[in-house]
Amino acid sequence: MSAAVASGGSSRGLQTLTQWALPIGLILVWQAMSMAGLIPSRVLPAPTDVVAAGWKLLKSGELMRNIWVSFWRAIVGFAIGGSIGFGLGLANGLSDRSERILDSTLQMVRNIPHLALIPLVILWFGIDEEAKLFLVALGVFFPIYINTQHGVRTVDAQLVEMGQTYGMSRSALFWQVILPGALPSIFVGLRYALGIMWLTLIVAETISASSGIGYMAMQAREFLLVDVVVLSILIYALLGKLADSVARLLERFCLSWHPAFQKR
Amino acid sequence: MVVQALRRVDVVKNFEPPAAAPASPANGLAVNIRGLRKSFGDHEVLAGIDLHIPAGEFVAIVGRSGCGKSTLLRLLLGLDQPTAGSFWFGDREGEVADNRAVRVMFQEPRLLPWARVLANVEVGLGNDRKLPGARDRALATLREVGLEDRRNEWPSVLSGGQRQRVALARALVSQPRVLAFDEPLGALDALTRISMQKLLERVWRDQGFTAIMVTHDVAEAVTLADRVIMIEDGRIALDLQIDLPRPRERGSADVAALEGLILRDLFRNSKAGDDA
Repeated sequence: MSAAVASGGSSRGLQTLTQWALPIGLILVWQAMSMAGLIPSRVLPAPTDVVAAGWKLLKSGELMRNIWVSFWRAIVGFAIGGSIGFGLGLANGLSDRSERILDSTLQMVRNIPHLALIPLVILWFGIDEEAKLFLVALGVFFPIYINTQHGVRTVDAQLVEMGQTYGMSRSALFWQVILPGALPSIFVGLRYALGIMWLTLIVAETISASSGIGYMAMQAREFLLVDVVVLSILIYALLGKLADSVARLLERFCLSWHPAFQKR
Repeated sequence: MVVQALRRVDVVKNFEPPAAAPASPANGLAVNIRGLRKSFGDHEVLAGIDLHIPAGEFVAIVGRSGCGKSTLLRLLLGLDQPTAGSFWFGDREGEVADNRAVRVMFQEPRLLPWARVLANVEVGLGNDRKLPGARDRALATLREVGLEDRRNEWPSVLSGGQRQRVALARALVSQPRVLAFDEPLGALDALTRISMQKLLERVWRDQGFTAIMVTHDVAEAVTLADRVIMIEDGRIALDLQIDLPRPRERGSADVAALEGLILRDLFRNSKAGDDA
């Protein structure tokens, strides 16, 4: 019994190890090749140099300030665009009239890549915070809107009928049947939106900003500080991974009823 | 088996809240249907149904697919509006039944996949869900269908028969006076079907509601019902009292004879390959 448990534990540990083996191996190879002079440091600095650059920026406080600024832009833009998208998605999913009035217009706007608006946004807002928030909000709006609407529209009609025969009020029907039924689709939208959120922010910060990680990367490029550029890219990767992990955790928690999220 | 069933019923009685009405045939509501018609466009599905079902009776409605038997049930449940005619529950015309008096069990369990088994049963309580003792009522009903120990499971881990039993508990928990079944056992395997039929008969005898069951299984209709009604081309083509003593033996000569009679009637007018 205890042996079985122990072997189960160690096999799980082994699994975690396998997961990290590839990235760690790649970094080791990268380090070795840099030290051997196979990769010139002007193309790609050694991992140790990137860490050193990061440490220097961390000590000066510049790194944390820029991460915080980018993080704040991401969250606020996401909250604005996400809540508008969620609200309109619910409205157009629940009401035919609302869908008739709004949906075709929104679908038209959706086909414009939101980053194509950057010149216009710079004309409107300059390179102030509003510009970045506007772009992020616009970017996350559509995946959340479309998936919320789709989720509400595709809730099992048989369950809705069941709710009606059991005399559920409109609000009970919404909270007990429609919203939980739409949730898996809403989470798909959420995770798409998180990806677009970082993408938009990177582009917006590299083009028009005076702070943030994208700005830090662009400044470093001017001074040929390749290590800081690489550091910025890695930070974006980490923040993106972090956001996705939070979304997954939330999904696992909210959709624990779903067969796909149950322990086998 | 019978002893076991009786014992289980005894246990349930002990746990029933004092407010609950005692089970007796008086629990049922009569169902009256007068001149009921339903058309979808030019297609007339029900061409005038007149029917009186006394309180507490178990009626099975049979017929070939597309004969309008499910449409009749949907009209009674208020899921569709009749083109003409009327129906009412109770003895006086126009009497409006409490919305918890009429319950339905569908062919699919239609459980909320995001609610635990017990919470799914509580859906049947409607607004009473917030009253004290609501949870005990749901638990007692779940015990009645033999699934009390699965109360904290998700529906997705239950078998088809167990899900249908949860759906039955949900329909029963508000102590309905009319219970409609739309081919409730159609999707179950033969063995599960038989034990579900026994369960349905037991709760019907126990609670005394009026039962209306739409089924395509004539043997099931004869085994369970007091009266079998056959609908053909939107009209009642046969109205047959089943006077066999209960509990009826599935596959006994009497049951088989009546089944044969109804089946002969069903196929009397059909051309070869009609229902293939």
